[in-house]
Amino acid sequence: MRAVLESPVFLLLLTLAAYRLGRELRDRTGGHALAQPALVAILVVAGTITLLDIDYATYLDGTQVLVFLLGPATVALAVPLHRQMSRLRGFVVPLLVAVPLGVLVSVTTGVLLVRALGGDELLERTMAPKAATTPVSLALSESLGGIAPLTAVLAILIGIVGAVLGPAVLTLARVRERRARGLALGAVSHGIGTSRALAENEAEGAFAGLSMGLTALTTSLALPPLAALLL
Amino acid sequence: MVNGLMWLLGCQLVGEVVVRLTDLPVPGPVVGMAVLLVLLQVRRSGDDATVVRAADGLLRHLQLLFVPAGVGVVAYLAVIRDDLVPISVAMLGSWLAGLLVVGWSARLLTRDHGEAAAGPGEPEGAGR
Repeated sequence: MRAVLESPVFLLLLTLAAYRLGRELRDRTGGHALAQPALVAILVVAGTITLLDIDYATYLDGTQVLVFLLGPATVALAVPLHRQMSRLRGFVVPLLVAVPLGVLVSVTTGVLLVRALGGDELLERTMAPKAATTPVSLALSESLGGIAPLTAVLAILIGIVGAVLGPAVLTLARVRERRARGLALGAVSHGIGTSRALAENEAEGAFAGLSMGLTALTTSLALPPLAALLL
Repeated sequence: MVNGLMWLLGCQLVGEVVVRLTDLPVPGPVVGMAVLLVLLQVRRSGDDATVVRAADGLLRHLQLLFVPAGVGVVAYLAVIRDDLVPISVAMLGSWLAGLLVVGWSARLLTRDHGEAAAGPGEPEGAGR
């Protein structure tokens, strides 16, 4: 029985069912911000494997197919961008200014807030790269001397925060232009924020995907000098 | 579906190779995204192209693909609990700061550009 519970068949089925439930919930609640399919699925799966005493490494092993598909899905983000290409005109300068500015601000405030609240330097190094998309933040945390798996967890959490709260916060801050909204969401909440942006509006999703890529690139380039300055 | 997936994987492969060869500090799939964008633009692909349909299919369920990594949060609950205040406040604070800075600066610069474009033959927002 144990072998069945720890097999990819069960673990994948559990993940798909939990995600399906999340989508159902989103549709039933008319797209409530909290009813993000990923969030619901993560809670359901985490609860279930804890209850069944399946450890995380086993679960991750069983769901490698899904992890693998993140690669082609990232490539696929070129498609919404392709459809929105005409809207890139007149937006190149904002793009090239706003994204690096965002990287600078989120890295600096992340590090300084940890320090101000009594976190140690290890935690500062772990926090610094968290806005970049998960694989990049993981690699950067490693080379910076942070706790890399914890950085990945923070990246996921901040993605979920973005998917849940991002659009509402941007509306409150009176950022209504679709491209600017997408840019902001992708810059601080990478792929998970992008998936919410895509669900809202295609232009928003396209620019979120673009912003995610640029943020990954900028963070990789800017982090070593920023770390030397801050840490 | 198979053709579309082959295009996506092919672009990713090119991306991985480029990253290896140039030591670019980004993941292969991000470079692959740029490669696919160029291909789509050059070929002027429409919505019926196989790669477009495969991409749309994958992106519709993008959130599903983050679930395995997200479940990893349970494995680190204890660590997060130990440093709950600095972790949560720094995470949320820097997230909010980044979001607002990007959103506001993009809005500001788009407006500037709009005014510049209204004039005859203005150069691209230089010096602003």
